[in-house]
Amino acid sequence: MSTDTFLPTDVPPTRPSRKVEQLKPDLLLHSNHHLCPGCGEPLVLRELLEVVAELGVAKRTVGVAGIGCYTAFSGAIDLDLIQALHGRAPSVATGAKRMLPDRLVFTLQGDGDMVNEGLQEVIHTAARGESITCVLLNNGVFGETGGHMTSTTVIGQRTKNTLDGRDGSYHGYPILIGDLLAQLEGTAYAARGSVHNAAGVASTKRMLRKAFESQLRGEGFSLVEVLTMCPTGWFIPTADGPGYLDDVLGTVHVTGELKADGKLVTTAELRARSQDRARRAAAPGPAADTV
Amino acid sequence: MRRLIEGSEAIAEAAVAAGCRFFAGYPMTPFTEVLEHLARKLPEAGGTCINAESELEAVGMAWGAAATGARAATGSTGQGLALMQESFSEMTLAGLPLVIFNMSRGQADYFQSTRGGGHGDYRHIVLAPMDVPEATELTQLAFHLADRWRNPVLVYGDYLLAHTYESVEIAPIDHGTLPAKDWAVDGSAGGSGKSRLVTSLGMSKDRKRGVDPESLWKDVAKRHKEIEATEIRVECGFTEDAELVVVAFGTAAKFVRYVVRQMREEGVPVGYVRPISLWPFPYAALAEAAERATRVAVFEINAGQMIDDVRLGVLGRAPVVAIGGISTDASGFGVGRLLDTEIIRERIEAALKGQEVQA
Repeated sequence: MSTDTFLPTDVPPTRPSRKVEQLKPDLLLHSNHHLCPGCGEPLVLRELLEVVAELGVAKRTVGVAGIGCYTAFSGAIDLDLIQALHGRAPSVATGAKRMLPDRLVFTLQGDGDMVNEGLQEVIHTAARGESITCVLLNNGVFGETGGHMTSTTVIGQRTKNTLDGRDGSYHGYPILIGDLLAQLEGTAYAARGSVHNAAGVASTKRMLRKAFESQLRGEGFSLVEVLTMCPTGWFIPTADGPGYLDDVLGTVHVTGELKADGKLVTTAELRARSQDRARRAAAPGPAADTV
Repeated sequence: MRRLIEGSEAIAEAAVAAGCRFFAGYPMTPFTEVLEHLARKLPEAGGTCINAESELEAVGMAWGAAATGARAATGSTGQGLALMQESFSEMTLAGLPLVIFNMSRGQADYFQSTRGGGHGDYRHIVLAPMDVPEATELTQLAFHLADRWRNPVLVYGDYLLAHTYESVEIAPIDHGTLPAKDWAVDGSAGGSGKSRLVTSLGMSKDRKRGVDPESLWKDVAKRHKEIEATEIRVECGFTEDAELVVVAFGTAAKFVRYVVRQMREEGVPVGYVRPISLWPFPYAALAEAAERATRVAVFEINAGQMIDDVRLGVLGRAPVVAIGGISTDASGFGVGRLLDTEIIRERIEAALKGQEVQA
């Protein structure tokens, strides 16, 4: 991906910056946070809070936050919230949902939280068909500790403890958590979105809405995995985040719906479809903008 | 109506009578029957009992239920509770009430119960019933104290307590009213600007307070000082003129009390101290009893754990000797040969003569 469209950051801007639009969702008490520039997590949080507001369920929602960079928002989200330990959010959400069965209950977890520390919890929670929605912010690294390998780090990805890139024979292979959970009978809805471009942001919001609607209909467990940029943890320039996500994480954790309306689609199938599209786009013929 | 029931069933019924509406546990001998009885009784009372897939998940579920304001509990043996320690300490920091049942394999979980295996500055109230009737009372008290102090409370039982049938009558005990749980989350405050946050991180939705773990930790320490000042429970017998004071807790204490009473009837100057709350520990009662005694003996079924607290209470006023020891059956779960009134009597007599007792 080209970075030509971005202003260079090593010289002072020629024009003062100005606020283009107020994007703070109503369900955020304030938008002060210490997350890094280029981070994808605030985008997902904004979408999640917008969907809760649009569904009109803010007064019957309980959130459960895991431990990661996004935990910084626990004090700013204007929803009833339980702070869980690293990995334990699905169990905590289970206890809350069983006591408050008519509430929308969601967890907010990172890949370290859900796929490393709490893999067992999320699998069993899905298998039990708990009527909760787990939202996974997947950036393929432990962002908070400074960019270390997680169970979703892709082969070849450089992290602080895979300096020459993740080597499957030495570091093991990434887990496609969406596929793992989608195949369980208790899972009603599973999807993988991303926030690295406008189309991804739009489809992620639709996924969140579908997951919450499914939960409110009492259909069972739902998962929305969202690929998020972490330029700090990826050791790349801020502006390169979206492109890196697309090229590195996005080719392994391919986006799309994995389970919806009882229909299962594997990541391998999503990847084949996306490669097919790319092939067609690259095929000789009139370019789209010349037609 | 009095009924002859197993200790596990009595504890389960007492929990329901106390208003427990959520339980999650993982089977493990000798705790398993507590889970079995709750799996049947809680749904009948409109509650939920989940056979969790691991102890980690069990305590996490109880955490979520407790955060909504429901009376919630979990339990296991000391081995299973070892897996839950991170959540126990963190729930204490989050100010969450929780009742924990340890149907332990003997008395070797004294340190785990009173010192904890978790992180940070934290304490749990620990109640050690000596028999089934007392377990039904202390179980109900545990739920009350957990809510009163917003702190986990552990009920320390064992194989004998869980599996002995005794005649009990279980009726709700009125411990008085408690303030409303205005800290609990029920999902109704979203978008109001006054939504709630249950957290152990010292984080607040009040922007001025922000993140302040130091204040939180100081508040928790203050709470624990108050508990130490108000929640000590102890039973003392014949300590006013005892030459030898025997200290024991839990089911072992019932055997010791029986032997001491028998010896007193024969005119032997012995007495006993039975800590009912293991934390806060009755240090003052020990100090007072040791004031007049020539020796203090500790009978516990382990290599010597409570003896540390006894020494802290006695603080040099009298020599403290161990007359208990490791003792179990072939499974490692149950009751060994030491828990026998004749052996206990021999050991008390030896301690009276100043002889050393082989553990």
